[in-house]
Parts: sequence; C-alpha cells; structure tokens
Amino acid sequence: MHIFKNIKFIIALYIMISTFHVSAKATEECFENTSRAVFKFNMALDEIVLEPLAKGYNKLPDPIKTGTSNFTSNIGVLLSIPNNILQGNFKQLGHSVGSFAINTSVGILGFLNPAEKIGLKPHKEDVGQTLGSYGVGPGCYFVLPVLGPTTARDSIGMIADTFVDPFAHITIREKEIFSTSGNSLDYFSVRGATAIDFRADNNQNIESLKKNTIDLYSSLKSIYLQDRENKIKNSIQNEDEWGSLDN
Amino acid sequence: MKKFSIFLILIFLIFSSSLKAYSLNPKDFVNELVNDVITKLGDENLNTDQKKNFVREIALEHVDIKALSLYTLGELRKSSDSEVLVNYQKSFEKYFLKSLTSRLSDYSSSKFEVLSSDKKSDNYTIVNSKVKPSDGSPEIEIDWRVYTKNPEKPLIRDLIVEGLSLARTQKEEFASILSSNNNDIQILINKLDEFIKN
Repeated sequence: MHIFKNIKFIIALYIMISTFHVSAKATEECFENTSRAVFKFNMALDEIVLEPLAKGYNKLPDPIKTGTSNFTSNIGVLLSIPNNILQGNFKQLGHSVGSFAINTSVGILGFLNPAEKIGLKPHKEDVGQTLGSYGVGPGCYFVLPVLGPTTARDSIGMIADTFVDPFAHITIREKEIFSTSGNSLDYFSVRGATAIDFRADNNQNIESLKKNTIDLYSSLKSIYLQDRENKIKNSIQNEDEWGSLDN
Repeated sequence: MKKFSIFLILIFLIFSSSLKAYSLNPKDFVNELVNDVITKLGDENLNTDQKKNFVREIALEHVDIKALSLYTLGELRKSSDSEVLVNYQKSFEKYFLKSLTSRLSDYSSSKFEVLSSDKKSDNYTIVNSKVKPSDGSPEIEIDWRVYTKNPEKPLIRDLIVEGLSLARTQKEEFASILSSNNNDIQILINKLDEFIKN
C-alpha cells in the first residue's frame, strides 16, 4: 500500500514537472489580482513587524549581527548538502560539508566563520534550484502570504525542502540525528532570525526601491525571478535583448 | 566687461571639472568615472543640489539613456509611433535622472574597486567591480555593461548589482504596467510624469 502511495506521488510530481517544463520560457502570473492583494498584505506586515525588527537589529553591535548571520547561514548549509548530491555537484558538496563541519566545531556552533577564511564558500541550494538544474521551468508566478514571491516550481520545492533538510528533520519532525534533536519552535526561530537578518541587510536597498519604482510589485517580481535564475545557473551572465537593440 | 570675463572663466571651470575626460578603455573608464563621482559625492564643500547636478551631468554624458529607454520598452519600441516614442524618451530621461540622483546619494560614502573586464563583443564589455559600503555591510558586486560600438565614446548601458540587472528590472516593471493597460505607452508616460512631479 505504501509503495502505491509513493508511485501516485511520483506520477503526480512527474505530471506537475512536465507541465512546468512546457511553460518554462515565460513566467506568467498564476492569479495576479490575488497575488497583488497578498503582496499588499505582506508589505503592511513588513511595515508593522519586520521593518521595525530589522531596524532594531541593525542597532545591535556588529559582532552580534555577524554572529547571528553566520549562525543562520551555517544552519542553511544543511539544506545545501542533499541538494549538492541531487545536483551531482560534488565540488560544492565538499564546500558545504567542510564549511558546516568547521564552522560548527571550530566556529563555535556556527557563530564564527573560519571556513570562509580557508576558502570554503558553499552556495545556498534548495530543491527548487535542484529542479531548475534538471530543466524544470519556473511555472507561473505568485505571492504567498508571509513567505513572499514564489513560482509553481519553487513552492513545491519549498515543501520538498522540509523533507530533505536535516535541520527540518530534527526540529519539525523531532527526529534524532547524531544524538541531536529539537522542536518546531527551534525551526521557526531560526527561519525568523534568517528573515530579520536578510531584511536588516537589505534595508537601504528596499527603501531605495520603494522610493524609486512605479510598480513595486513588478520590480520585486523581476528581482525574485532574476535571482532564482542566477542561482540555478550559478552564474550571472545574461545577454537578454541587448544584442538585438543595435540591429 | 570684467564681470563678464569672470563669469566666462567660472563657466569654463565648472564645465572643465564636471565633464572631465575619462579613459577610453572600458575598465579604466568605469574606474575613473565612479571614483570621480564618489569623490564629488563625499565633498563636504558641495551642497546636495550641486552633487545632484554633477551626477546628472555625468549621467547625461556617459550613460546611454536613449538606448536604455528603448530597451526598457521591449518589443513595443519596434511598433510604436515615432512621436509617442520621442515623448516617452523625454519622460524616461527625466525619470531616470531623478531616480539615479536619489539612489547615488545612498551610496556616496562607499569604497569602489574595479576587479576585471570581459569583452563580450565589439559592442559590449562587462566591467566587474565591487563596492564596500562604509557602514560595514557586506561587499556588493557590481558589473557594468559598457557599450563600445564607438570606441571613442564608451557609454554605460546597464548596472548588474549582485546579479540583478537594473535595466531588466526596469523593463519588466514597465512591461507589467503596459500589459495591464493594453500596451498603451501614453499611460506609461503619464505614470513617469507623475513620478517626476512627486
């Protein structure tokens, strides 16, 4: 029975992936009006909750901010490890495993980043990127409440992340790995700290963007899609339409 | 007459300092231009308006605003009426300069370093650089798309900040406005004009 369930899941996943592959060229909106409404809600939430927290966080002494950033990044590397394997990127796997091992031990639970000093720089990888590296297109674009911009592929990836991420296993699912376990609160605390750290780091950019765009929703959509594209390609080369401009 | 001569000398000095000649090699061109801008923006003897005017002049001289305006219009540039296109370009230029001057003031006290350059074709060279903000935030990688079709006059066409193209972001923002308004460029022009006024 369990095998049949798995087969059904695989078939459903295959159909979804095939569908996205067809629409890989253009990232259309799934339901723009709803997404714009959700976006407004997220912006209000950001103004009330995240922005004040990020501004407060930015006033903390630098060592605390750097330590928090290092700690959350180090935990984030755990998700990269299975994705490095799934992508067959063994060079990056070395960077991820080495960085996590060194920073967790020598770097005092990841608060310091000695791995970077010896040249270990793991890329952040998730299941959405892994699917992208297999040729799965983004599918349509939409905005999720609280979580923000995503695509059909990346939202499935986000769910799959919680199955392949060792940190999610020991926290959300309360499993034990190497005699370590936690609970959901640990998971969401780290995710929350990651969000505040990111928001604080980008505060000036977000303010500048708010001030200088005519349609903030579309600007952020473009930025999200470009960023995902770059992360999947692990490169920032893009000739786009520039070549045809002079013809 | 004496006053008039002093006035002429002043005009000459203002122009000779702001429209400084930069190298023609794209890498040196970006390096000299950006460091010049950062120095000016950090100059305590200049007030905000003087700094903004300086950036505006630099942009008009060394950024290919016309090409940028056409690029941001996407395929619509090929089918648009020439008069509408001219109006759009006028509004875009004002919009671009207002947006640019406000952005550059944010990064006025940063350290800038050109790292390398990559000649993509006879028309384009990408210059790689990094900016170290003075507030201790992480370094920012910025790539400059320099248009070199006329080797005597290199022009900046795009800035790619941490892999995010500002021109592409602008193009996709405009595309969204156009697609929800029947591809009517006049509505986009109105929105640009509204932004300029505020």
